[in-house]
Amino acid sequence: MKAHFRIRRFNPETNAKPYWQDFTLDNVAPADRVLELLHRIKWEQDGTLAFRRSCAHGVCGSDAMRINGRNMLACKVLVSSLAAEGAESVTIQVEPILGLPVIKDLIVDMEPFFAHYRAVMPYFVNNDPPPADGRERRQSPEERAIFDDSTKCILCAACTTSCPSFWANGSYVGPAAIVQAHRFIFDSRDQAAEQRLDILAAPDGVWRCRTIFNCTPACPREIEVTRAIGEVKLAIQMGAERMRARKMTRGGTE
Amino acid sequence: MHTHEFDIVVVGAGGAGLMAALYASQNLPGGKVAVISKLYPTRSHTGTAQGGIGAALGNLEEDHWEWHAFDTVKGGDYLSDQNAVRVLAQEAISAVIELEHLGLPFDRNPDGTISQRRFGGHTNNKTRQPVRRACHAADRTGHMILQTLYQQCIKNQITFFDEYHVMDQLLSDDGRTAGVVAIQIGTGELHVFRSKAVIWATGGWGRVWSVTSNAHSLTGDGPAILWRRGLPLEDMEFFQFHPTGLYGLGVLITEGVRGEGGVLLNGRGERFMERYAPTIKDLASRDVISRAIYLELKAGRGIGGKPYVHLDVTPKTVNRYLAEAGDSRRIDAATIHQKLPDILDFCKTYAGVDPVEQPIPVAPTAHYAMGGIPTNVDAEVLAAADGTIVPGLYAAGEVACVSVHGANRLGTNSLTDLIVFGRIAGKKAAEYARSADLPPLPPDPSGPVQAELDRLRTCKGGTRPGEIRRRMQETMMDHVGVFRTAEGIQAALATLRDLKAAFRDDLTLDDRGYRFNTDVLEAWELGALLDVAEVTAASALARQESRGAHSREDFPKRDDERFLVHTFATLVDGEIQLNHSRPVDLSLGYQPQERVY
Repeated sequence: MKAHFRIRRFNPETNAKPYWQDFTLDNVAPADRVLELLHRIKWEQDGTLAFRRSCAHGVCGSDAMRINGRNMLACKVLVSSLAAEGAESVTIQVEPILGLPVIKDLIVDMEPFFAHYRAVMPYFVNNDPPPADGRERRQSPEERAIFDDSTKCILCAACTTSCPSFWANGSYVGPAAIVQAHRFIFDSRDQAAEQRLDILAAPDGVWRCRTIFNCTPACPREIEVTRAIGEVKLAIQMGAERMRARKMTRGGTE
Repeated sequence: MHTHEFDIVVVGAGGAGLMAALYASQNLPGGKVAVISKLYPTRSHTGTAQGGIGAALGNLEEDHWEWHAFDTVKGGDYLSDQNAVRVLAQEAISAVIELEHLGLPFDRNPDGTISQRRFGGHTNNKTRQPVRRACHAADRTGHMILQTLYQQCIKNQITFFDEYHVMDQLLSDDGRTAGVVAIQIGTGELHVFRSKAVIWATGGWGRVWSVTSNAHSLTGDGPAILWRRGLPLEDMEFFQFHPTGLYGLGVLITEGVRGEGGVLLNGRGERFMERYAPTIKDLASRDVISRAIYLELKAGRGIGGKPYVHLDVTPKTVNRYLAEAGDSRRIDAATIHQKLPDILDFCKTYAGVDPVEQPIPVAPTAHYAMGGIPTNVDAEVLAAADGTIVPGLYAAGEVACVSVHGANRLGTNSLTDLIVFGRIAGKKAAEYARSADLPPLPPDPSGPVQAELDRLRTCKGGTRPGEIRRRMQETMMDHVGVFRTAEGIQAALATLRDLKAAFRDDLTLDDRGYRFNTDVLEAWELGALLDVAEVTAASALARQESRGAHSREDFPKRDDERFLVHTFATLVDGEIQLNHSRPVDLSLGYQPQERVY
């Protein structure tokens, strides 16, 4: 089939403002990834088109874009999911993710996103000496299960840049940073949950979340982002330890 | 041009680079350590590793580091240096425990210890049956390692230069490490990083081939840069094809699928590995299985005549084979959902297949470089086959050839390698930096990089880089892949020479700008790939034997008389020189034997 691309272009070196550019590709197959088609445009038609990508199978988190109005990884969306069945052509609109400054074409400045990430203590804290026998700290499969979902995050920013609260106020830490905090708050081995909860209870923390739910469908890793945010809100109110215990008794499904 | 001064610069921010950075900074109090990466660190390819990290923890059954060492040597078809394998297998245990202490969320056994699974080539040395040695976190173990190490780097306030692409290695007149040159991708400006020590950790170069599990960014930058500076590359002919890439795309389908009981079936529904590896069947070494799949395809036993086979992990099939083997294990849909969630996702997304109900279409995919920048067991880069080193230069992880993987790497040993030798590189570089001074820079240190970038930014020939890349990848896949012949390799070398001439004299690019010019960066990476491809082919031509991943149809037997040695390739006056004088270290006493699984 034919693919008609409409791509948001902007190179501050040469353009006064962003504009739309159209490209057409022939011989497009339903199983083609949007990333492959962007490569075809870049490699066959216009080498100036700029976008990030690396692993090309939905794991590295480089190529989050707004495709037909929704945040997705270009390498994880197939033409078949954008085209009507049996269609002769498909129209694909591609823009940079929203809420972060555009550097060039589909590439945005990720620094504000990573600054929010760094702000929530996104690292393991345990100040006790490790076990005297030199082996691993023990953790039961049930304790491990309650934070499994949030360990999947690849920091692609698809959730944060789909969030209207973040669009309205860039100082909001955003869903991805909260998911990262959740991963440690609910880890039985970690000792800094209360500090993280204090950070997230501040005005630019979780309470800016209005439960709009854009983040959950935007996540290419199928993390239940809104639920994780809700659990952090509950942990602020109940204390991390009680909230962990509650999640354990409910089998990890709050 | 901007100039920075550091004690230690780490190039690459995957598992090896981040581990090296952590150890370098911890071992150099008050010192300055920087990590430079062309990607944001969390985009590094370590994050795509799936099945597990190998270590003889013995959490579920008897295991010993000596067994891990022997399996590694046998898997490497006896080309592994046994002094390095000893370090790998012994230190694997403390490395995995250290990752756990850093917070890595491993899956757990009911007693709270780290869970382990079976993996190809890892055996109980008494019974010869598969042993549970692969420590895992679902099927995203590499993701967890990368995230954990990056988190710890943030905690320890390591300095990062994200999206800076290193393009040259600086050496002083007396041959010491003096720093690196990088382009800041966002602005196109050049930066000179003066440093006492440099640790290379840029990973592999699977993008030399047309079907690969590797990220687009794996373009062999590290080896190409050192090669152009006259330093040797070791054992470049050994590149692993993983047997189970998702058909058509090459996306990795972890060996963990077979570790959980999955089997390979040909077009007749036969479990063909019973014929090629009667004892451990589908859990034989990767080289053995990739060759078996090619032979099945060649004999017309692909699925429906197409060039792929089936990887079947449906509970129905798995449980039937387990019952036949008298194994009491059984799996169900929940097992697969819990242990292989990402594999389910890949198969559904890219192939429209649900592995719980249907077999997965797979074919071999270019996966891992056993060869690379030669180092000794202290991660010091070798200047020549006689073992002399380049002061201040280190390498670790896939980019390095230490050589633990020999002619073929066992699954899970890549992650072990990253942690064990990343740790050593960081420690040793810190020791060196404590006593070394900062060598003077050569005159015009960024000149050569500037000249090449200017050439790319202004070239006006007739050939697009994409065309050159496609032809390189196809010729390497056809002639320097799973099976090789002298004739085929020579044809590939001739094509590569033509492509290099076109790259030099007839290239055209569209983007003339400075800001995030990925047109120029991709072309530069293509230059690196072409160099690495040519060394690979030349090394493959000279090794007239079959060993591990290097399988010569015209020399089908292993030849220990002539080739129980490493290949050292060096660029001398524009010509590739090959040296086969460096013997394999046999210090653990594992003498070469016939290799059967």
